[in-house]
Amino acid sequence: MNTPEGLKYTKEHEWVLVNDDNTAIIGITDHAQSELGEIVYVEVETIGETVEKDEVFGTIEAVKTTSDLFMPLTGEVLEFNAKIDESEGDDPGLVNSSPYEDGWIIKISISDPSQLEALLDAEGYAALIS
Amino acid sequence: MKKTALNAWHHDHGAKMVSFAGFEMPISYTSISEEHLNVRKGVGAFDVSHMGEFIIKGKEALDLVQSISSNDASKLKIGQAQYTCIPNDQGGIVDDMLVYRLAEDQCAEGEKAFMLVVNASNIEKDWDWIKKHNRFDTRMINISDATGLIAVQGPKAAELIDSLTNVDVTGIPYYHFTKGKIAGKENVIISATGYTGSGGVEIYADNKDIVDIWLAIMEAGKSYGIQATGLAARDTLRLEMGFCLYGNDINDETSPIEAGLSWITKTKKAADFPSKAVFKAQRKEGVTKKLVGFTLEDRRVPRHDYIILNAEKEEIGVVSSGTMSPSLDKPIGMGYVPKAYAKEGTELYIQFRKKELKATVHGLPFVKLS
Repeated sequence: MNTPEGLKYTKEHEWVLVNDDNTAIIGITDHAQSELGEIVYVEVETIGETVEKDEVFGTIEAVKTTSDLFMPLTGEVLEFNAKIDESEGDDPGLVNSSPYEDGWIIKISISDPSQLEALLDAEGYAALIS
Repeated sequence: MKKTALNAWHHDHGAKMVSFAGFEMPISYTSISEEHLNVRKGVGAFDVSHMGEFIIKGKEALDLVQSISSNDASKLKIGQAQYTCIPNDQGGIVDDMLVYRLAEDQCAEGEKAFMLVVNASNIEKDWDWIKKHNRFDTRMINISDATGLIAVQGPKAAELIDSLTNVDVTGIPYYHFTKGKIAGKENVIISATGYTGSGGVEIYADNKDIVDIWLAIMEAGKSYGIQATGLAARDTLRLEMGFCLYGNDINDETSPIEAGLSWITKTKKAADFPSKAVFKAQRKEGVTKKLVGFTLEDRRVPRHDYIILNAEKEEIGVVSSGTMSPSLDKPIGMGYVPKAYAKEGTELYIQFRKKELKATVHGLPFVKLS
């Protein structure tokens, strides 16, 4: 499984890319997409809302199962990746084929940067899923 | 956890393995929709060796089968199979199964022989149930642990298996079977049955032979574009056809009449069986709820136990199965609703966590194959 350095990870199998401007990009890990199997729909209806850490910000539908998406950090949901938004005619399968690049899910503004300390690094996450 | 004889092959070929009915089984090898569509247009091979097989043999073997089965096994000729269910005493279903009427070459004078093929999750429950009802001059043999089962399904399946056997596989009529030699292995049952709606065969053989048979099928199947196909695609294939899955669509509390299985519930047959009177009354007076199919336009997938609402958003039923249909590229599902809502085209809503999404009652099967 691919677990890139430089990202932060959660036990809920999400990754967080922290930007310099106090925003972050969130997606699910390669391991998570592999476990879910073919993803057919990603739904995020929390755009513009501030969602607490560990609360649900969206839902992923795979053929076999439905899975909640949890906020790794408290923050305002700024953007939902239009490339994976089926209602915009794009391809949720990108979460399977490119979980760390084209298949990112949301962009948030971080409310409390101190929460970053609780996240795992690549090594910690790799150990979790091994 | 139990393993089938093909367990190592699945691991070696990149299968995602899951625990299912006490067995470690392959859920998918590449992608569910790819495996699914390959069965619809070509041929796929499934290891379904977890299924249970019982031999019922003796002078009163037919009487035992008739006393537990809702369908009429007296109609079966040697070489014929039948879909049926085992009703319980409360008008529900212990299991659904296939009944094979076997050749009598190994029987004593006046004996008959049947093979019952049951769901893996119900092997013990069914065995105990049938044993409890065996007041006949009949022996029961559980061959589940010694028997492997490979389903080869799709429009190219019969032709492929034909090339590996000494029997005319393409000439076996639907729900008939024959014994033959496949890949050098004797005494193999080749049955024109399946759970996909795309045609093909199911192959029952001794576990000691099953790996060699599988390898021969995969090798000869290369030119047919064969793919190993997992249980996930088996589920999407059967759901597109509206076939019931025990534990989802039928269970100890659902009536076969409600489930649309009146055609295997022969209340006019001479032999008595549990709940026969209940089913007879349901046929005559009608049932209050029906299992229906439905489709959704939104790309959310209905799941087992989700609530079904009417147009007024009142709770009226529950989803029994749901998936994203690879053939239709839209969500499909089945569920129980009051009879008034069972008509094709009726507007329903499915309760997802935060919202209700519109569904439309759809006739079964969802996918019509030529």
